[in-house]
Amino acid sequence: MTEKPKRLAIIASKGTLDMAYVPLLLSTAATAMGMEAGIFFTFYGMNIIRKDRQNKLFVATVGNPAMPMPVPNILGMLPGMTSMGTMMMKSMMKKANVATIGELLQVARETGVRLICCTMTMGAFGVKEEDIIDGVEFGGAAMFLSYAADAEISLFV
Amino acid sequence: MADWKEDAYLDAKNLACSMPIVKLKKAIDGLQSGQILKMEATDPGSIPDVKAWSDRTGHPVLSAEQQGKVFVFYLKHS
Repeated sequence: MTEKPKRLAIIASKGTLDMAYVPLLLSTAATAMGMEAGIFFTFYGMNIIRKDRQNKLFVATVGNPAMPMPVPNILGMLPGMTSMGTMMMKSMMKKANVATIGELLQVARETGVRLICCTMTMGAFGVKEEDIIDGVEFGGAAMFLSYAADAEISLFV
Repeated sequence: MADWKEDAYLDAKNLACSMPIVKLKKAIDGLQSGQILKMEATDPGSIPDVKAWSDRTGHPVLSAEQQGKVFVFYLKHS
C-alpha cells in the first residue's frame, strides 16, 4: 500500500489487568494491519511497563459489579479477594487462549508499536528509567500530542 | 471445499485476538506476490477480523469457510 499508513494513538492510564489488555490487544492488531500504533503509559498505566509490576497486575474487585464472582460484590473488599479475582481472570484468559501481558508487550515491541512512558508520572511516582522495561521511549504530554495529532484513531483507556 | 493450492500454511488454531492476525501478517510477509497462504483459526471473530485485515492490507481473501470449529482461509499475497 503506498498511501500513508493510518495511525492509532492510545493513552493507557489504568494499572489493572483488564485495562492492560485493551491497549496491547488493539495496538498489536493495528501493526498487524499495517497501521502505526503508539501507547502513552501514564498514571497507573505505567505499571504495565514497570519491571517490578508488569507481572503483578490485578483485577479490581471493589466497585466492579461486572466481576463474575461467586459471592456478593460487597465481599470484594475482603482480604484475598483481589488475588482471587485476578486468578479467575487469568484462568479465564488462559482458557480462551488469550496471550499474557508479557507476551503481548513482546509482540508490541517486535512489531514496532511505540511505547511511551510519561515522564511526569515517573517523577511523581519516583520511578527511574531503569525501572521500566526495555524498548520504551520517554516523553511528556507534548510528545504524545504531537504523535496523536497525526492519528486517525485516538483512544483513552 | 476450496480448491486452492497453498504455498504456505499458517496454524493459528487456539490463538485468541489479536494473535491470529499478528501471525497472519508475519506469514504473508514471508510470501511473494501471487503466492497463496492457507490459514486455520479457531478464534470466534476470525472471519470478520481476517476480512477487515484483508481490506486494510490489500491482500485478498480467496475463500473463508467454517469447518466445524475451525475457520479455514485462503489468502493471496497481493
